[in-house]
Amino acid sequence: MSPVLEVHDLHKAFGGIKAVDGVSFSVREGEILGIIGPNGCGKSTLFNCILGQLEPTEGAVKLDGRDVTRMRPSDLNRLGVSRTFQLLQVFPELSVRENLILAGQEHQGSMLGRLFGARDAGLSDKAEQMIGFFKLGHLAEAKAGGLSYGQQKLLDAAMAFMAGPRLVLLDEPAGGVNLTMLGDLKERLRAINAEQGATFVVIEHNMDFVMSLCSRVIVLAEGQVLAEGTPAEVRADPAVIEAYLGH
Amino acid sequence: MTAPAFESPVTARRRPARRIDGALIALPIGAAILWFAPVGMGRYGTYVLSLWLVMSIGVMGLNLTLGYAGQTSLAQAAFIGLGAYTTAILTTKWGVSWYAAFGISGLFTFCVGILLGFPALRVRTHYLAFVTLAFSTLVWLLLRNEQWLTGGAFGISNIDRPSFFGIKLFGALEFHRFVVAVTLILSLVLWWLVRSPWGRAFTALRENPVRAASLGIDTRAYTLLAFAIGSAYGGFAGSLFAPLVEFIDPSPFTLSQSLFLLLMVVAGGSGYFFGPFVGALLGVVLPEWLRFAGSLYLIIFATIVLALLIICPQGVSGLIERCWAALRRSFGRKAGGTP
Amino acid sequence: MAEFIAYLIAGIATGSIYALAAIGFTLVWQTSQTINFAQGEFVMLPAVLILLAVKLFGLPLWAGGLIGIAVFLLIFGAGFKFIVVDPMIKHGVLPLAIATMALSIIMKEGAKDGFSAEAQSFPSLVPTDMVNLLGAAISLQHVAIIVVAFAAIGLLQWFVGGTKLGRQMQATAQNPTVARILGIPVERMVLLTFLLNAALAVVASLLISPIYLAKFSNGETIGLFAFIAAIVGGFNQIRGALVGGLLIGVADSLAAAYVSTQYRMAVPLILLVAIILIKPEGLMGRKEERRV
Repeated sequence: MSPVLEVHDLHKAFGGIKAVDGVSFSVREGEILGIIGPNGCGKSTLFNCILGQLEPTEGAVKLDGRDVTRMRPSDLNRLGVSRTFQLLQVFPELSVRENLILAGQEHQGSMLGRLFGARDAGLSDKAEQMIGFFKLGHLAEAKAGGLSYGQQKLLDAAMAFMAGPRLVLLDEPAGGVNLTMLGDLKERLRAINAEQGATFVVIEHNMDFVMSLCSRVIVLAEGQVLAEGTPAEVRADPAVIEAYLGH
Repeated sequence: MTAPAFESPVTARRRPARRIDGALIALPIGAAILWFAPVGMGRYGTYVLSLWLVMSIGVMGLNLTLGYAGQTSLAQAAFIGLGAYTTAILTTKWGVSWYAAFGISGLFTFCVGILLGFPALRVRTHYLAFVTLAFSTLVWLLLRNEQWLTGGAFGISNIDRPSFFGIKLFGALEFHRFVVAVTLILSLVLWWLVRSPWGRAFTALRENPVRAASLGIDTRAYTLLAFAIGSAYGGFAGSLFAPLVEFIDPSPFTLSQSLFLLLMVVAGGSGYFFGPFVGALLGVVLPEWLRFAGSLYLIIFATIVLALLIICPQGVSGLIERCWAALRRSFGRKAGGTP
Repeated sequence: MAEFIAYLIAGIATGSIYALAAIGFTLVWQTSQTINFAQGEFVMLPAVLILLAVKLFGLPLWAGGLIGIAVFLLIFGAGFKFIVVDPMIKHGVLPLAIATMALSIIMKEGAKDGFSAEAQSFPSLVPTDMVNLLGAAISLQHVAIIVVAFAAIGLLQWFVGGTKLGRQMQATAQNPTVARILGIPVERMVLLTFLLNAALAVVASLLISPIYLAKFSNGETIGLFAFIAAIVGGFNQIRGALVGGLLIGVADSLAAAYVSTQYRMAVPLILLVAIILIKPEGLMGRKEERRV
């Protein structure tokens, strides 16, 4: 069975700066893969290339064996890839519930169906489930802009799952979240991974978070893969220690 | 993919009524008030009220494009002009019924919107503003120069008002009531559009296009639709404008007028459902009230708008919202509870 | 051919005036995200103010000139920034743009009511004779305009590239956030930009009013052309605005001569659309990465 995600020899240069310099890896179904590396190693650029926000200068991205390298983010999303954002990106003027319905509405029915069909696009129940799962129950009607940072992070994650995605890319999900919420977030992510069988790729700075959540880890440095393996293996790798301590 | 087994049971909770549902009540009530309002007003007063409503439709369309989808169109007056001229030409020269002309005007401006928007949006989203800028002037040039079709600077006169199932609507009051009815219908259609998943997508587009795209929202398609529907509303407005004023020439459909319509959207409150009505009130009725000031009326008007925007950039609707929130806070305190 | 040269020079002359307005427009946009819909009126008003000062106080032209220019720089350079732009800038681009629209109405109507609804002649500060060049009758005025405008632009270019203050302003225009981090007094730079814009408008006004007369409605076309020139040029400050302005000026001049007068306005507009579709970042603009 082909891996869910394959990245072949990806390059992205901005003028003379090589942000991503020949990265290849693949992700199996149901895996939780972590991508870590010191600041400026190219993690976010890599993410954006995979997701179609940026066009890679070279290389290919494949989803279930299908080449999706130059696909627009909205088309990629409809193929079952969703993401969370490092800088919060919920819709502040809409309520939590509305945010969730929005996250799922483009995945079912047709354009015309969305014009003439039900107001909630049939997603009220699913939204309710998500609200419950991510423990946002008391905030369902509140404007998303009024939520605390940690709560917005949970909403962001919930939105990524509304469409029942095949592959979820999480961009620094632990950033700025306090310790108690962090535990909750980790636990929820593991639970949903087990329930839905979705595949995750996580970029993170928070080493503990990554090591305890991910089954496999890739270390990037200066746009290239430095090491790959289980959390334990990577943590013990001298090259990795050097890269982190050297900065 | 199996549904996850979640902890809390699913509750089918009905959503509480939100602000925009109030529109469903406010619209018919407003229509009823406007139905009877002109009784006792002279012909001119009734005309101003009708003009206000017709302009509201045009501003409503622009509010959809700008306030909901976040796109700047500098050609709304041109679309109104296209609607007006289409209706005028069809009814006066080819004897088509006004109702058919109304539909055709809307359809025509919708299609023009799609054609105009499509290449512009493939390039970069805010270039729609520049393309509509050029389009606006080009349309005006066509209207003024192609005398064989549009009558050129002489325009088209003797535009008849339609009749409704045999009832003649030539009088000011009768036609005004017709305008009220059409405005009500168009407002209800817009209300329903904004509440639908399309409306939700439009809001997402305005607030955060990057995030919207990552959720599968086809930003180009929705932006184009918002622009085309907004332009179609301009066409509908024009279609009512022609029989209202009974004589049209190119002068109300200039680039300046398009900018003025933008001003009305923002002053009324961009993105608010009733903003266009307030904006059109400011743009159409206020200058009339200020006529007593003679030639200074336009300066006073512009100064009021400038001051309004400096105080509250969300326009009058935003100002009302602020006052309402302040009132509620003070009542909350009086009642002794925390707001 | 001779006629063509005359039209070309006329086009370059008006184009260089549009360039001045476009440069100011671009600078203001880059430093403070202000789309100044009143830019045309900014070019119209100084001449009107000068004539007004002369009329009201019975002053000689040079004195009226000084007063008019000083008042203009104060109100529409500094005043514009402090009263209109500063309170509104944090609320986004569009409300501020609409505010400048309202301002343009105030300026236009103010000139109409406060001064005159008729076009008034404005004395030319440059010679107005005709010269014979290659068989064509060239207006010295046009040549002089080109010289003065280019001199002004050259001066500006030197200031921006060669002086510390100018470089700081340039940095602020390119990236206000980074400029602040670098310790540049951004507020003062923004004020400087607004004053520069007003100054450029004054020069443009003095150059164009002798030809088109001083009339309250002059701002409409000039504003539109300045806007188009800035877009065509790619919002790239001086070079881009200059190229854009000259292109528009020449296109308009040749259109007046060779295309029907009825559709003269269409030519710069079609040029605009063509450039947007072919090279969307403008002739000298920078290409942006696709984001969506």
